[in-house]
Parts: sequence; structure tokens; C-alpha cells
Amino acid sequence: MSWQWFHRLGSPRWFYQKTSGWLPWLGAASLLLLAVGMAWGLGFAPQDSKQGNSYRIIYIHVPAAFLALAGYYIMAICGAVGLIWKMKLSFVVMRAAAPIGAALTFIALFTGAVWGKPTWGAYWVWDARITSMLILFFLYLGVMALSGAFAREQSGDKASALLALVGTVNIPIIYKSVDWWFTLHQPATLKLTQASTIDPSMFYPLITMIAGFYLFYAWVLILHTRSLVLQREWRTQWVRELLEKPAPAARA
Amino acid sequence: MQFQFENFASFLTMNGHGPYVWAAYGVAVMVLVALVVAPLLRQKKLRKEFSRQLRQEEARHRAAAQRKAQSEPAATA
Repeated sequence: MSWQWFHRLGSPRWFYQKTSGWLPWLGAASLLLLAVGMAWGLGFAPQDSKQGNSYRIIYIHVPAAFLALAGYYIMAICGAVGLIWKMKLSFVVMRAAAPIGAALTFIALFTGAVWGKPTWGAYWVWDARITSMLILFFLYLGVMALSGAFAREQSGDKASALLALVGTVNIPIIYKSVDWWFTLHQPATLKLTQASTIDPSMFYPLITMIAGFYLFYAWVLILHTRSLVLQREWRTQWVRELLEKPAPAARA
Repeated sequence: MQFQFENFASFLTMNGHGPYVWAAYGVAVMVLVALVVAPLLRQKKLRKEFSRQLRQEEARHRAAAQRKAQSEPAATA
């Protein structure tokens, strides 16, 4: 088997050129899914019999929480790949994933708090699920801060990759927190191994939103990575040639 | 599948849950938009910074060439 693809994958230039064709498709598909899912969830999905209309927050809350967790895997795996194979691009993706993950965790926490008020009577409770999500948020912020705290970029890469890897212990805790501890938080609605405890009329808009969030994540991760690649490869010939050209109207 | 609310006003109030639902959606959309805008702004800044450096470099080259042109006749004399 040839390992050429693997090494090419590590080349920032190859990544930059390869992904420019994907961006409009990813962007259009994710925005379309998100728009359809939001309209569906806000206006067309039936009311919940117990929670009334407040449950409509689920269409933001659950996809954001999904991606906050999946994004942490991506960040940690990229950190590990960078540490093991010294792959430059891998560290760049890790750095790009940190602020995106932090933003999605923030959305999950914020929508959860706003949903908690009419449902539980409190914006915030210190239970296991919510607290472990807050720790996830701090881990993302920690990786962001640590990656920028060194004068030598390589030192920041290594230190923040290590922090990202250590932080993965938090992920199973988040998943299991609703089963291990008594909590107000409802258990998972969607399950891989059993039938989901949600009616199809509510499930379809939810799965639309989840797909939209996944595509959106991919789109934004590539956007962030590309801008970081340019920043890092600033002095190389190909970036110079690229930047010397006048900016086309749609640079996205 | 049909619209679940009788009119636009009840869609906004959502039986009293409107402020919560709309706040959640509004903040989420704002954060998502910021996620798209941030890298584009960084790229724009980078481009500006780059063209500034390029101009500086060119100015330096011109100055160096001028110095050379001035000093050469003196050297041959």
C-alpha cells in the first residue's frame, strides 16, 4: 500500500487547494438543511404534550451538544496525529477545532439554560451533565489559550495537543452522566442500539438539524483551517503567489 | 404536516414560551454566523497585511537599487 496519500494529506498546500472546491457545496447544503430544520422545528413539528412549545429548543440544543462532543474527538485525534507523526496540518486542524468547539458548547449550555427555566424552574443546576459540559467548555478555552501562549508555534502545538488528549477523560463522563447520577436532565432521546423515544413527527426535523450541524461543522472547520494555513505558511512561495493575485469577489 | 399555530402572533408568543424559544434560536444563529465570519475576516486582514509588506519590500529594493546606481560611478572614477 502506498502511503503517499497520507503524506499529501499532511501538506497544507494540498489541503488548501483541494478544499476550495468543496466549500460552496458544503456551505449551501448545510445552510439549506439548517433553514429547513429550523422552520420545521419552530413551526411545523407538533407541540410536546408535557413541555409545550419550550421543547422546540431541542432542535438547536441536541445538535449543538452532539457536535460539541464530536468536535472534541476531532480536536484530540488531530492533536494525537500531530504528536505521533509530526504532521503540520494536523496541528492546524486542532487549533481550528478549538474555537468552533467552544462556540458549539456555548450554544448547548445557553440553550440548555434557557430551556431549563420554563421546564425545571431554574436556569442553572449543578448536576453532572451540565457541570461536565461546562468543563468541556473550559477545556476548549484552555486549548485555545495554551496554543497561543508560546512564542514558538511548535511549543504551543505540542502543549495544547497534550491538554486536548488529557481532556478526553471528560467525554465518557458527559455521555454517561445522565445514567450514573440522579439528574433533572432527561436521558438521551436518540439511541443507536434501541428504538428512539421520540415520535417520527419530531424525529425528522431533529435529524435534519443534526445533519445540518454536521455539514456546518465541516464547512466552518475547513474555513478556519484554511485561514490558519495561510497565516502559518505566510512566507512560503505558494502563499505569496496566492496572495499576490487580486482577491476574487467570493473568496469563501 | 401543517403549521402548528393559528396566527403569527401566537407563533411569536408560543403560549408563553416564546421568549425562551426565540432567545435560544437567536443566540444560536448569532454564534453560528460569527463562526463563518471570523475566518473570512482573518483572511482579509492577512491579505491587507501582506500587501503592506509587499509594498515595503518593493520600496526597500528600489532604494537599494538607487544607492547602487549612485555609488557605482563613484567607484569607477
